[in-house]
Amino acid sequence: MAQHATSRRGISTRAVEIAVALLTLAFGALVAYTSYLLGSTWGEYGPGAGYFPFYIGSLICVGSIVTLIQAATARHPAGKRIFVEWDALRRVFAVLVPAAIFAAGVYLVGIYVSALFYIAAFMIWIGKYPWYKGLAVGFGVTFALFLMFEVWFLVLLPKGAYNVLRFVGY
Amino acid sequence: MAESGEALEELTSLMHGFSVVLSPYTLMLMFVGVFLGIIVGVLPGLGGANGVAILLPLTFAMPPATAIVMLSCIYWGALFGGAITSILFNIPGEPWSVATTFDGYPMAQQGRAGEALTASFTSSFFGALCAVIMITFIAPAVANFALEFGPPEFFSVYFLTFCSFIGMGREKPAKIIVSMMIGFALAAVGIDIVTGQLRLTFGFTELLRGFNFLIAVIGLFGIGEILLSMEEGLAFTGKSAKISLRVVLETWRRLPRFWGTALRSMVIGCWLGVTPGGATPASFMAYGVAKRMSRDGDKFGTGQMEGVVAPEVANNAAGTSALLPMIALGIPGSPTAAVLLGGLMIWGLQPGPLLFTEQPDFVWGLIASMYLGNIATLILCLTCVPFFAAILRIPFSIIAPVIVVICAVGAYTVSNAQSDIWFMLVFGVVGYLFKKLDYPLAPLVLALVLGDMAESAFRQSMLMAQGDLRIFFSNWLVGSITGLALFALFWPLIARVIGRLRTVRPSTA
Repeated sequence: MAQHATSRRGISTRAVEIAVALLTLAFGALVAYTSYLLGSTWGEYGPGAGYFPFYIGSLICVGSIVTLIQAATARHPAGKRIFVEWDALRRVFAVLVPAAIFAAGVYLVGIYVSALFYIAAFMIWIGKYPWYKGLAVGFGVTFALFLMFEVWFLVLLPKGAYNVLRFVGY
Repeated sequence: MAESGEALEELTSLMHGFSVVLSPYTLMLMFVGVFLGIIVGVLPGLGGANGVAILLPLTFAMPPATAIVMLSCIYWGALFGGAITSILFNIPGEPWSVATTFDGYPMAQQGRAGEALTASFTSSFFGALCAVIMITFIAPAVANFALEFGPPEFFSVYFLTFCSFIGMGREKPAKIIVSMMIGFALAAVGIDIVTGQLRLTFGFTELLRGFNFLIAVIGLFGIGEILLSMEEGLAFTGKSAKISLRVVLETWRRLPRFWGTALRSMVIGCWLGVTPGGATPASFMAYGVAKRMSRDGDKFGTGQMEGVVAPEVANNAAGTSALLPMIALGIPGSPTAAVLLGGLMIWGLQPGPLLFTEQPDFVWGLIASMYLGNIATLILCLTCVPFFAAILRIPFSIIAPVIVVICAVGAYTVSNAQSDIWFMLVFGVVGYLFKKLDYPLAPLVLALVLGDMAESAFRQSMLMAQGDLRIFFSNWLVGSITGLALFALFWPLIARVIGRLRTVRPSTA
C-alpha cells in the first residue's frame, strides 16, 4: 500500500490556481501598461490605439485578483486537493518534451523527417514497441501526409534547413 | 398572405441551394467530410473546432460553396460522433456529450449499446433537422432585420454574446472574464487597423501578423486535450458495439413513444443554441426536464432510452442553431462556428447580413448542405460504428504522436509560418492548465475571433457619440439589446434573488 500513499503526492491545486492567477494578473498588467503608453485616452482622431486594450487589460487584472482571492480562501474537497500527481506530471512531460524536440526538428530537417522520427521514438520509448514497428508506423503516417499535402492538395510543407527529400525531387 | 409568400420565397431559395450542392463531386466531399468529422469526434484531442481548423487549409483550393459544404459536414460528423465515445467508453468527447453518458453508458453495460447508439443518432438527426428548418425560415428574416444595424447595434450584439457567456457559464464568472479578456488582448496584438500603430508586439517580428485564432484553437483544444489524456493514463475500456438492421428497426419502433421529450428537448436546444455556449447547458437542461416530466423519471441513470434521447436532441439542436447567428449576423455561437466564420473570411466572403443578398448561392448552398449532411451523417453513423469504435482501440502511444504531428501540420499551413508550431505548443500548455482549473476555453476563442470586429464597432460608436457611453441606449433597438445583455450578465444574481423570494413567500403567506 506504500504505492498508494506515494501516488497521491503531487502539486496542490491551490498552488497552481494561485500561480496561474498571478500569471494572468501579470499579463493583464502588461497589456494595460503598454496600452497606456500607446495612448489609452481620447487622441486627436478619436479613441487612441490603446483605448480598447487598456480596458481589456484592466478587466484581466480585476478578474485575476478575484480569482486569486477565491483560490487563496477556497477549500478543495479531498479528491481535488492535488492538481497533478508526480507520476501523471511525468507522463505530461513525456508528451510535451518530445513535441518540442519535434518542433525544433522541423526547422532542421523539415516536417516529414522530423515527424517520422518523432512518431517512431515516441512508440519505442513510451509505448515500448519494437523498433521496427515504430519506424513502420512513423514511415506510413508521414508517407500518407506527404501524398495528401505535397501530391494531392499541392500544399507545400516545410522541408527544413537540411532538406533530405531533395534527393527524391522535392 | 405576405407571410406565406415569404415562406415560399425561402423554399425557392432552398431549392436553388440544393441545385448548387447536388453534384457528384460535392456529394462525395460531403461523405468525406462526415467521415473525417466522425473520426475527429471520436479521437481524443481532435474535436469539431479543432478538426475543422486543421482541415481548413486543405479547402483553400476549392470553390467556397464546395469548401463550406465539406467543412460543415465535418462539423455534423463531430457532433454525432461525440455520442459514440460517450456511450461505448463513458468518455464524453465534447462537454455537451456529458449528459449522454448518464444513461448511454449503463445501456452499453447491459449489452444494449446498439439500441443506445441508434436512439442517440436518430435523436441527433431529429434535433439537428428541426434546427435547420428553423434556420431556413428565421435566418433570412434576422439578416434582413440586421441590415439596418449601425456600429452601436453591432457592438451591443457582440456585448450580448459575451455577456451571455458570463451569465450562462457554469464556471466562476471571474475565470470566464479572465479567459475572454485574454482572447481580446491576443486579438489586439499586431497592427492597429485604425491608427496603424503596433500594439503588444514587444519588438518580435513574429507577432506583427497578430495571433491567428486557428493556431489558438489547434493548441488549446488539440494539444491541451492530448496532455490531459496523457495525464489520465489512458486505459480505454470500452464496450463493443454492433448495430444490426433488426436493432435499428426495433429501436425506431420504440422511439416515437418519446415524442414529448424530444419536442421539449428540441425547443430547449433551439432556444439555448442561438445564445453562445448554449449546447452544454441545453443538454443538461433537457436531461433534467425529461427526468422531471417522465413517468420513469426515477429510473433515469440506470439505462433509460429516454435519458439518451433528451440530451442528444437538445445538443444537436443547439449545435446546429449556433450557426444561425453566424450566417445571419456574422457572429458565431460556438468555437466551431467561429472557425467556419474564419474560413469565410479567408475565402474573401464578408460574414454578416449582406451575405444573403450578395452571395445567395453560398448561403443557400450551405443551408441545403445542412439537410443533406445530416442525412449522410445518420447513414454513416448507423453503418460504420464498429469501425469507428475500433479506432478508439488503437493504443494511445501511437495515436498521441500522430495527433501532435497532424496538429503541427495544421498550425503550419494556416499561414506557412514555422513559429506557429511553437505558439501552438504554448497554447497547448495554456489549454491544459485552463481546462484543469475550470477556465472556459470557448470565450477565449470567440473573443480572439471577434476581437477586432468588436473593437472597431466600439471605437466607431465612440467616435459617433464623442465618447458618450449612452449611445448604447440611444434608441429602442440598441437599448433593448444592451438591456438584454446586462440582464444576461447579471442573470446569476437575478436568479438568486428570485430563488430567495420564492423560498420566502410561502413562509410569509
